[in-house]
Amino acid sequence: MRLTSDEQAMLDGAGGPARQKAMDLLVRYAEALGAEAFVDTNNVAGVPGSSTLFLKNYYQQHAGQSDYEAIYSLYDLDADEIVAVPRANAYCCHLQGGMDPDNWAELGMTEEAHAHFQQDEAQVAARGIQILKTCTPYLAGNLPVKGQHCAWMESSAVVFCNSVLGARTNTEGRESTSAATLTGKIPDWGLHRVECRYGTYHIEVGVPVTSVMDWGLLGYFIGYAVEENIPVVSGHVSQPDLIRHKHFGAAAASSGGVEMYHIVGITPEAATPEMAFGPHKPVATIGYGQADRQQMYDRLNSVGHDPHVDYVMLGCPHASIEQMWEVAKLLEGKKIHGGCRLWVFTSRSVKTIADLNGYTRVIQDAGGLVMTDTCSAISRAVPKGTKVVALDSAKQAHYLPAMVGVEAWFGSTEDCIQAALNGRWNGGLR
Amino acid sequence: MSAKKIVLRGRKVVGGCAEGEALVTKETISGWGGIDPMTGTVIETHHELHGVSFRDRVLVFPGAKGSSGWSNAFHMTRLAGTAPKAMVFNRMNTKIALGAVVTHAPTVTDLDQDPLAVVETGDWVRVDGDRGIVEVTKKR
Repeated sequence: MRLTSDEQAMLDGAGGPARQKAMDLLVRYAEALGAEAFVDTNNVAGVPGSSTLFLKNYYQQHAGQSDYEAIYSLYDLDADEIVAVPRANAYCCHLQGGMDPDNWAELGMTEEAHAHFQQDEAQVAARGIQILKTCTPYLAGNLPVKGQHCAWMESSAVVFCNSVLGARTNTEGRESTSAATLTGKIPDWGLHRVECRYGTYHIEVGVPVTSVMDWGLLGYFIGYAVEENIPVVSGHVSQPDLIRHKHFGAAAASSGGVEMYHIVGITPEAATPEMAFGPHKPVATIGYGQADRQQMYDRLNSVGHDPHVDYVMLGCPHASIEQMWEVAKLLEGKKIHGGCRLWVFTSRSVKTIADLNGYTRVIQDAGGLVMTDTCSAISRAVPKGTKVVALDSAKQAHYLPAMVGVEAWFGSTEDCIQAALNGRWNGGLR
Repeated sequence: MSAKKIVLRGRKVVGGCAEGEALVTKETISGWGGIDPMTGTVIETHHELHGVSFRDRVLVFPGAKGSSGWSNAFHMTRLAGTAPKAMVFNRMNTKIALGAVVTHAPTVTDLDQDPLAVVETGDWVRVDGDRGIVEVTKKR
């Protein structure tokens, strides 16, 4: 591959050992991809140096050291020795993490794990990495603009970044984002290149798609239909808002690997079908009708049997302030069923506003809990004894039951809140 | 009587040589949320390999899908000692490129024949990552 003089200099060690290790990893990664060059990026979203107890114990045992720099070097940079990790070179934000900073005990985390969490956060802050701690950085202070080259991980954020914002990122991983944080470089491959951003599959929507749940079902269908290709959606869809884009993209990225979509007349690179497809003819036109909608609903509910719901989880991807407002309206003056728990997940910045507006208090007074930083799937944490969960996110319904071994119901936010109030699932496809 | 041997030629993703019994799936694999790194087992609910371990096998599959935690999940399998011996796949993306690099498992792609059509679970497969060669000894 071609390296610019500054890239070669970093690889030769001119930027210090950490940047040298970071470039070495990026070159191995770029060559594996078949990329020929790097692009400069000054917008990185990752989880640099974050640790789990497993990683701490592993490196303590195998390297005799398990502090932040040890994990950043040996794990994030895949280096063969521990190096000093300097301040970030590129603007970088920290995505979601493993626990809520206040309610960690509720999540079943140990004091030891919480102490590590605090130490890691201090190390992240000291390196100038923004502690957004969310899967929705675009709602918490990192909003890229059209054409900007980014290096983001978190599949739901990646698909939003490309499709809704028109910024450019592949689905990066922990190691590549940690390396990009130090170098400001990422392989020039895939969605960084204009010719790779055109649609290849045409999705013709034949049933009205309006509600958030219906956008989730359509996204879930499209992921299975196109896998990681780029769909161009047209037909019976009404104007989506931010919440609908967020649920749609997260669902499509979970059932397939959709990193970018176009909706004709709506998303920024799809004013017309010609613009969306560019030089391509669609590989296939795939219809979405009532039977498909029903099939997706059934699939998402295939692990739900017992109507007694003991846990309702909202906020996947992390709730926007609008969603916090809606949840508070649905819960105001009501009490959650004694046998059921309700956890709502969001970012710290959205929670700050929810606190100011009294939404956090309303949710707590009803018996629920607002948490930040994480979610049940990321932390693998559900309330003790949970057997049956209710979820309004196709993404969470896709992952959580298998990860923690529970039954799950999928439905609208309203159906989920009703389940929390009654302790029974009474949702359905209406 | 010698067993039938087939040689596929492709491109290096990760260098090194390794061999083992093939585990083949025609379905893409999710990393985070799709496997349990501690046991090297596929846990995705509807996956045809649900409950099957790829530990010490040569994993032959179409490619990676799902969360950006793919590389992290497979990176963890290396630490936990549950990683595949080698990997052979068809469709390149950032998840699998990075995941293969940090798993350190010899890996080859862009083969001159579809490995999913040639290799069956249980075949003995030798992957030479540096030369981009996959040698398949059929079990029957």
